[in-house]
Amino acid sequence: MELLAFGKTGWGDELFYATLMTLAVSITAMLIGFFFALIFTPLKLSKHKSLNLIGNFYTTVIRGVPELLVIYLFFFGGSGAIMFVASMFGYYEYIEINAFITGSFAIGIISGAYSTEVFRGAIQSIDKGQFEASKVLGIKKHIQFYKIILPQMLRLAIPNLSNVWQITLKDTSLISVTGLVEIMRQSYIAAGSTRDPLFFYSFAAVLYLLLTYLSMKLINKLEVKYSRGF
Amino acid sequence: MISSFPKLLGATVITLKLLSLSLFFGLLIGLLFAILRMNKNTIINKFAYGYSYVFRGTPLLVQIFIIYFGLGQIEYLRSTFLWVILKEPYWCAIIAFALNTGAYTSEILRSAFETIKPGLIEAGKSLGIPNKVIFYKIQIPIAIKQSLPAYGNEIILMLKGTSLASTVTLMDLTGVAKYIISTTFKPIEVFIVAGGIYLFMTYCVHNLIKFLEKKYGFQT
Repeated sequence: MELLAFGKTGWGDELFYATLMTLAVSITAMLIGFFFALIFTPLKLSKHKSLNLIGNFYTTVIRGVPELLVIYLFFFGGSGAIMFVASMFGYYEYIEINAFITGSFAIGIISGAYSTEVFRGAIQSIDKGQFEASKVLGIKKHIQFYKIILPQMLRLAIPNLSNVWQITLKDTSLISVTGLVEIMRQSYIAAGSTRDPLFFYSFAAVLYLLLTYLSMKLINKLEVKYSRGF
Repeated sequence: MISSFPKLLGATVITLKLLSLSLFFGLLIGLLFAILRMNKNTIINKFAYGYSYVFRGTPLLVQIFIIYFGLGQIEYLRSTFLWVILKEPYWCAIIAFALNTGAYTSEILRSAFETIKPGLIEAGKSLGIPNKVIFYKIQIPIAIKQSLPAYGNEIILMLKGTSLASTVTLMDLTGVAKYIISTTFKPIEVFIVAGGIYLFMTYCVHNLIKFLEKKYGFQT
């Protein structure tokens, strides 16, 4: 137990901050994922074949390729791509991107593909009559979306979004390969310096279990809130 | 880009080996725990639930690390014959994958068994069919049909999961891809080739499941 002490003697405080880091990366990635879903869901639902193809390409490729490979692409290719863009603007210095930004971006793109599928499914399962009725009533397009479609969609999407959140939370463990100090990386460091990998990796597993358990409790509350009246 | 193709293709063999072995063992574990989950004894029931909860609630990476780095620490294990298996990263990866996919598979099979209408089992019983035959000839075929779409997803998830074998020094498709990226600094080209191979495999799995769904798509 003294291995988990706070302060200089134990790893308690380090693991605590690492847990906060995992949470921060997961939340950032989830939000980046929502941003991508916001772009690609309309594309997938579009009537134009070419736009449809772009949307399908995104979700198929990201969901068909291992997360680790996507992370390696961003980790090794990220700064190169930014430097290429910068060189077009006449900036030739070396640019190094923060591991936090690379990591949450990589996980965000993956999470976005899953969120896109969830939103698409939720919108498609809303009764067509709702769209037609609001059109007949002369409600403007964006008000129709915010006041009629979105509240109904959220109710249907929240159970599946909680799955996406779980996937995203677990995927953040993979960013440890880029050196960002989250739960997995911190356990790796602690296990290396104390030669007690069994304890620290098991403790990491407990931390992840705690995170998934607590977030499930929170999401269940949200679910109750949005399914009022059903 | 083309020169890296044969190397990556060679590594694909390891990925496929990892996938098929872990799916095979995972299916056995999944079936066992699905049966335990339906047991009326609360302790056995809770144990099976706990197993699937823990393995579904923690990242696969943690599980591999516990098995590969963690278990070697136990002195007792080093003296048993198990150490022959546990010192190999290849078998450690397969154990971790099998336990992980077993947890998901048990959930898929359990929900498939639960969707079988009780009337079908009662009908079997009233016809005087022995319990064992009811299980093998009525429950299992229906459960297979019900669980095929979800199991297809699980195969694809596991295919992506095998990429984590590269973190315990195995040179699978992702491991070789990373090695080529870090020696040539051409991440995008390698990503396209390796990603293409993975996409092709998921495409094959997807179509295989579709074919099986059609084959087993009898009315229940």
